[in-house]
Parts: sequence; C-alpha cells; structure tokens
Amino acid sequence: MRGRMWKLAIYLFLLGFILNLLGIVTHVVVSSFAKRWFGKPLPPAFTTDWFTYAWREFELSHVLFITLFIALAVVFIALAIGFPAAYVLARRNFNAKPVLLLLYFLPLLIPQMTYGIPLATTLYGFGVGGTVIGVILAVLVPMVPLAVFILLPFFEQISFNLEWSAQMLGASRLQIFRRILLPLMLPGILTAGLLVLVNTISNFELAFLLAGGGSQTLVVALYYNVFAGGVRPVYSIDAMAVIYMCTVMAVLLVALRFVRPTQMVFRLDGRRN
Amino acid sequence: MRPSRAYAGRGMADSIDKLQMSITKRYGGKVVLDQFPLEIVGREFVTFLGPSGCGKSTALGIIAGLVPPSDGEIHLNGRRIDDVPPEKRGFGMVFQNYALFPHLTVFGNIAFGLSLQKRSSEEIDKRVRDMLGLVRLAGYEDRYPGQLSGGQQQRVAIARALVLHPRLMLFDEPLSNLDAKLRVEMRAEIKQLHTRLGLTSIYVTHDQAEALSLSDRIVVLREGVLMQVGTPQEIHDRPKNVFVADFMGFRNFLDVTLGKEAGGMIEAGFKGQILQARARDSFHPGERAVLAIRPEDVRLGQSGDGVNVLRGKVELVEYLGREQEAEITLDGGARLWVRSHEKIVLGETLDLTLPADKFVLLRRE
Amino acid sequence: MARIRSDSRSELDLVAILCLTPSLLYVLAMFVYPFLYGIYISLQPKKRDAGIFSNYVAFFNDAYQCNTIKTTFMLALPTTIAVVLVALFLAYGMRRGIWFERTITTILVLPISLGVVFLSEGILGFYGHNGWLNQLLLAVGLIQNPLELTHNSIGVIFSLFMQNFPFCFLMLLGYISGIDPSLESSARMLGAGPWTIFRRVMFPLIAPGLIIAFALVFVMSFAVFPSAVMVGQPAGSTRTISIAAYQQAFEQYDMSYASAIAVIMGLCQLAALVVIVLVRRRMTIATTMGVGKR
Repeated sequence: MRGRMWKLAIYLFLLGFILNLLGIVTHVVVSSFAKRWFGKPLPPAFTTDWFTYAWREFELSHVLFITLFIALAVVFIALAIGFPAAYVLARRNFNAKPVLLLLYFLPLLIPQMTYGIPLATTLYGFGVGGTVIGVILAVLVPMVPLAVFILLPFFEQISFNLEWSAQMLGASRLQIFRRILLPLMLPGILTAGLLVLVNTISNFELAFLLAGGGSQTLVVALYYNVFAGGVRPVYSIDAMAVIYMCTVMAVLLVALRFVRPTQMVFRLDGRRN
Repeated sequence: MRPSRAYAGRGMADSIDKLQMSITKRYGGKVVLDQFPLEIVGREFVTFLGPSGCGKSTALGIIAGLVPPSDGEIHLNGRRIDDVPPEKRGFGMVFQNYALFPHLTVFGNIAFGLSLQKRSSEEIDKRVRDMLGLVRLAGYEDRYPGQLSGGQQQRVAIARALVLHPRLMLFDEPLSNLDAKLRVEMRAEIKQLHTRLGLTSIYVTHDQAEALSLSDRIVVLREGVLMQVGTPQEIHDRPKNVFVADFMGFRNFLDVTLGKEAGGMIEAGFKGQILQARARDSFHPGERAVLAIRPEDVRLGQSGDGVNVLRGKVELVEYLGREQEAEITLDGGARLWVRSHEKIVLGETLDLTLPADKFVLLRRE
Repeated sequence: MARIRSDSRSELDLVAILCLTPSLLYVLAMFVYPFLYGIYISLQPKKRDAGIFSNYVAFFNDAYQCNTIKTTFMLALPTTIAVVLVALFLAYGMRRGIWFERTITTILVLPISLGVVFLSEGILGFYGHNGWLNQLLLAVGLIQNPLELTHNSIGVIFSLFMQNFPFCFLMLLGYISGIDPSLESSARMLGAGPWTIFRRVMFPLIAPGLIIAFALVFVMSFAVFPSAVMVGQPAGSTRTISIAAYQQAFEQYDMSYASAIAVIMGLCQLAALVVIVLVRRRMTIATTMGVGKR
C-alpha cells in the first residue's frame, strides 16, 4: 500500500512538472495571438497580426536564413571532421587515447559561457567576430566533440569481422569505407546530424557572444528583443518566440523519429546508448 | 567429512515439513503458469526442468515471493504464506548471475543478512568464517566480488544464503554462467552441501544432466504446464510424452499404428513392417502412436530371433570420442539415429535391431 | 572509458593520424588555444603600468565584482541540490520502467531542446506578476497580493531547475535502471525491506553516478547567464559572475579584465569539481558494475 502511494506521488510530481512546462509554452503561444492582453486569464480578442509584424520588423526571413545556413554548415563540418575521428577512436588503440577522449569531452563538460569569452576574444582578434563565419567557428567547438561522441558507439557496434571479411574478399580500404562502413553508419550519421542540428539552432551562449548585427541566429535575435522589451510590443516578441519554437520543434519531431530522447543527455556510466 | 560447524546448533524447528502449492501466473493475457501444482517434503531436492520460457523461473520467483502469483495459494507446514513478503519468508536464494553486492567485500556480502538481524559482531564473525570454510573460500574475506572468478562468486552467493539457515533453498539456474568443467564440479558441491546440511532445495535448470544428477525428484515443465513429475530414473527411462522423451535424449520417434496385444507385447505397424513393443495401459489396437528409442539403445546387426530388425544406409557419421553416432536412412525413407562403439562406415548398408524392451510407447501429439 | 594498457601496441598508422588531425587541430585551435590565450591576456592589463595580476587584484578588491561569486554560488548550490534530490527520488521510484516512458522522456527533453531563452520568456509570462499562476491563486483566494516569482533569485533558480532537472532525471534514470535488478531481489531474500535495500544496497551503488550528476548540474548552473538576465535582476540580486564577465567584454571593451573574470569563473568550477571528486574518492567504491543490464 505504501508502495502505491509512493508511485502515485511520483507520477503526480511528473504530471505537475509537465503541466507547468505546457503552461509556460502555452502562455507564449496564446500571447502571440492576443490582440491586447492584460490581467485577464485569456485575451479578449485574437489576431495573427503579430506574426506578420514580427516577420517584417525583425527581418525574420533573413534571420531564419542565417540560422539555417549556420546550422547546416555546422552539421556538415562537424560530421566531416568528427566522422574520421570517431572511427579512429572506436577502432584503434594507442596510449594517448584516454587523453584525447578527455580533450574532446571538455568542451561538452565546461560551460560555454566559461570558454566563450576567451574564444570570442580570440575570434574578434582574428577579425571574424560578429560575422557568420565567427558564429560557425564558435558553435563548432562543442559540436565537433558532440558528433564524435554520438558516432563512437555506432562504430563500436559494427563488428571488426565485417571489415576483415570484406578485406578477405579483396576490398580495398576505400571500398570498405564506401561499401561497408558508410551504409552501416547511416543511422549514426543521421542521429549525429540531427542532434547537432537541434543543438546548434538552440545554442545561445556561443552564438550570442559571436553574433554581430547581420549574423544573429533566431534565438539570439529573440534574446535581444526580449531584453529590449518595452520598445516592441510583447505580443510580437512572443510571435517570434513561437516561430523559434516551431523551428526547433520541427527539427525535434524529425529527430525523435530516429533518435531516442535519452540520447540527448550524457550517460553517467560510460556505457553508451 | 566432518559435520559442518556452521550448522551446529541448528534446530529442526526452522526446517520445513511440507510445502504445498497450486499457482497460476498470467502476464497480460498470456498464461505463464497454469495451476502449477507442487508438493515438497523436508530435505527433498526438487528440480524444475524445462526449456527457456517454460515458466520454471517464474514458479521459483513465486515461491520466493519476488513475483506475485495471479491466482492460487502456497502453504508451508500448513500455514498460508503467499501474502508474506520475501524478506520475511526465511528462504535462501541463489541467482544465475550471482547478484553479489559489488560495493561489499566477500565478508560484507555474507554478513549482510546477519547484520540485518542485528546479531552481535562476534556471532557474525564466527558464522561468516565458518561458512567461508564450508564453501572453501577461507582467506577471501576482504576481496570484492569483481576480484573473484565465476565459480568463487557463486560459492559466495551460496554461502550468503546458507549463513541464514534458510528453511528452503532456491537455486535459479546457478551454474549456467559457468564453463562446462566448473559446472560439473559445482554441481557436486551443491549436492554435497544439500545432503550434509539437511537442506530442502528447489533447483531450476534447463540442463537435463544437472537435473538427473542432483535431484530426488524432477518436475518437467513446458509452456507453464506440468509435463511429468518423477524420480530421475522415472523421467529418464519412462517419459510420459514425446516432449519429455525428446528432452531426455530420445532421438528416434517412429510413427506407428498399433496392432494386436499378446503376452504383454503389442504389435506396431511401421512402414509396412511389424515391430514388437512392450504394451502399456490405455493403448489400444488400431490406435496411432509413437515409439521412441534412444540412439544408444539401437543395436547394430541382426538379433537372434529376427524381431524388430530394420535395414538402412549410413548417411552421416559423427565421431564422438569413445563412440560414434550415425544417421541412417531406412528402406522406407525414415531416418534413424544410432550410437555405437563399433565402427560404422559411411555409405554401407546395415541391419539394425531395435530391442522391444527399450521402446517407449507414447501418445502421438 | 578505455584504460591505459602499457603492453598495448600503438595502432596509429598514417591513415589513423590523418583521420584524427582535422578534429584535433580544431579542438586545439578553437578550444585549448583560446583558453591559454585568455589566461595570457588576463595577465596583460589594459593599463600599461599595472602589474600582471592587477586584473585579479581589482576583481577581489571590488566588492561589486567580487560578490558575484557569492551570488552565483547562492543560485547554483540550491538549484543543484534541489535538482539532484528530486531527480533521485523520481528516478529511483521509476527504476523498473514507467508508464508512457517514451512520451514522458520526449516531453522532458523539450526544455533542453527549446533552450533557455524561450523558457525564460515563458516563465515571465506564466509565473510573472500578472501571470496565469498568480491570476489563478488570486481567483481561488489563496493569496491577497500577487507572488513575486520573477525578476529575483527565485525566478532564476526556477528557470535553472526547469533546464537541469530533465537532464539530471534522464541521466539518473538510465544509471539506476542499469543496476542489476537481481541485486534487489537477493537483498530481499536476505531479509532486507524496501528502505534497507535503498540505504544499504542501492544508494551505495547509485552514489558514484549521483556525484557526477551533481558535478555536471553544478558546473552548468554556475555559468548561468541568460536566465539570470531575463528572469532575474541582472543589476542586483542575480548579478552572476558571467554577467560581470560579459559586461567587461562587451560593454567596457576590457577584454583583459573580462578574461580574468572568465578565468576566475573557470577556477571556481574547477574547485567545485575537485571538492566533488574528493568526496567521491572518500566513498570507497572499489568495484565495477559489471552485472548491470545492457
């Protein structure tokens, strides 16, 4: 009986947490459709004007284009240089491997705000601060290791024997890569690509520190407008937030068809998903 | 062998006289155990035998109290115990993967149950050390489970359960993670402990050799249904159905139609030939049945009276060390497995004698 | 994590090195170098004649700056304790699988994926002065005046909780459900009740993971920036150390001083990690958990 009560309490808490989360999200959505809304449970009248207003005033088409460009560039580069690295880390043994793994793990462990300021200083020193390239370079810092650590277990799942037997059948290294590894790694590449995509679109700190006027991603633009509250009607900012949410959710929904939600967090025990 | 000091002073009061049960277990709509009946008396060694998924581990879990039954009751010495939580039943259990606490030493693992009973540290120390001697692990007190071999871990697991003087010992496939040689050794050790300490044990396994060598009684299960209960000899020699026979190493099953019965023997028509088998109750002339025989009971060559002789060609020979096993295609097209010390040559045509008293007559399923 | 085996032969050939080079160069150039460069310029103050440590001296002599450490600490520590405790209770209660597991985990990764900016905007609306919660409580009559839940440290702690709880919960759920269930069964067979099982068997096994989770959540919370600005009071009670660093870098344009503050922030996180690792070492866990379900 006590066990039941305990279970019930747990589910009630989770329910509360989820309701509160939904409340938070719903409030933003409702507000974005409100004509005017003050001190009432629901706005007296609804409108979609704030979306057209936000689209025009915040130059959202440009911001969205920049965001997607940055995100796709980051995904492409992270996979291109993370894939071979993951292969070597999964397949080869060498003395420096633990050091290397730690080195790749640090950008994921250390908060972005901590290394973001010296990184921004460096990139501004090279003259790429405030540009799209600067944002891409900065966001890649945690994303390359993320791609490596997502791809690693996928490589480990592919048996050595497959490569060996392909070799015994006369395949060259390039052929093994193209005809064995690449097709078998497709799920891994997809998973890594999608998770890097979601994390890049929602990355705030690094994009914020590096973004200039023309290189703001959606979430940075949103932040600046929230912070500059009072100048813009709050409904238009919420409209922008809803557009941002829809962008993330679209990618997330696609991602969740291929990725288990728990793959989005670290595993504590070193065993991998 | 000297009597165990670990069990000195143990009164008979806490041992069991009789465990009776009849339980049903359903998961969702699927029936895992169907009114599984069992009666065990004190000091008996009973084995649940069956392939994986037959419900034998579920039955053990229900007796332990770890798995709630869907239906039915369990009585111990006449008292109902199915509503008693496992920690209050006073049973000991040994798990397939040992389930040793990785954060405790060997000593800590064995002392765990005693310390929960708030025994004095002198008593705990003495009982743990006696138990370690009993399972031949003296000197390993301070090791952690991760530092022990599989066999040693399993001995710790057994000691951990035995030190509490359980009324009933439950073994859940305790040897299946060990390699073949160790398995045979540990099997003997478990049997020894059981006899020496006067335990009452229930043992779950899918290995027929284990079941035959350990048990006083074997319970054969299939998909939650009890197939046969009996002594190892009964199960081995007189299986009640094709399933048990197959599980016990009968490899040849001949589909026959029964003929007339005379002098304790019954005629069985097999592909145009008449075979003789020992008659059994409740089988009648005209009925279709199965004759089962082990490969090692088939004899090469013709016997004197020419009864039960079949002829066939050797298709395959497997060398098994001391003997060889051959697959023979009979003239009628059926196949027969034969095991013999004599040399069998691939491709030759042979006469085979199937002794009438080695046949087991079974119902067709 | 792979263990160093002294006898293992290096399997690094030219192809392997070529494969590793791009990513390694990237991490070295964009992560290690900026870190070292940051330390270097923090020792090169803007004012020509000042000593090399003058930025650090200035930081610790200026109560306005120095107090940010305390402020950040007072936000990060309660958040971390709350997150870890709640996550532990829930994950332990759900270790044998949960109803609608996939749906629940999906909803839980939502705040992680949406990011802190969106979340903060939502919190302002929902828990703000005129938010739905206050309206509800006023309507029901539970309170007479609206609760001030935002633009103070409560709001920041709440926002941090919302972000870190799902992360911590899912990590712990994975960790705890990976512990071999037959350990619990065997403890029961030896006479242990639910509370004893938790205290004497499960907690010692969970502790190593719990400590790592604590460390991760604490370090993440210590770097709090956007929620401190948006739902906090960035000029006052929630002026955290990352706000101080940001202001020096992008409002005062003193990269040297900003880097010094970033270094101090990093050192604080490092100190916390060291303390946590020491605690972990004291809880002697001499084992690997080789028996868990895969």
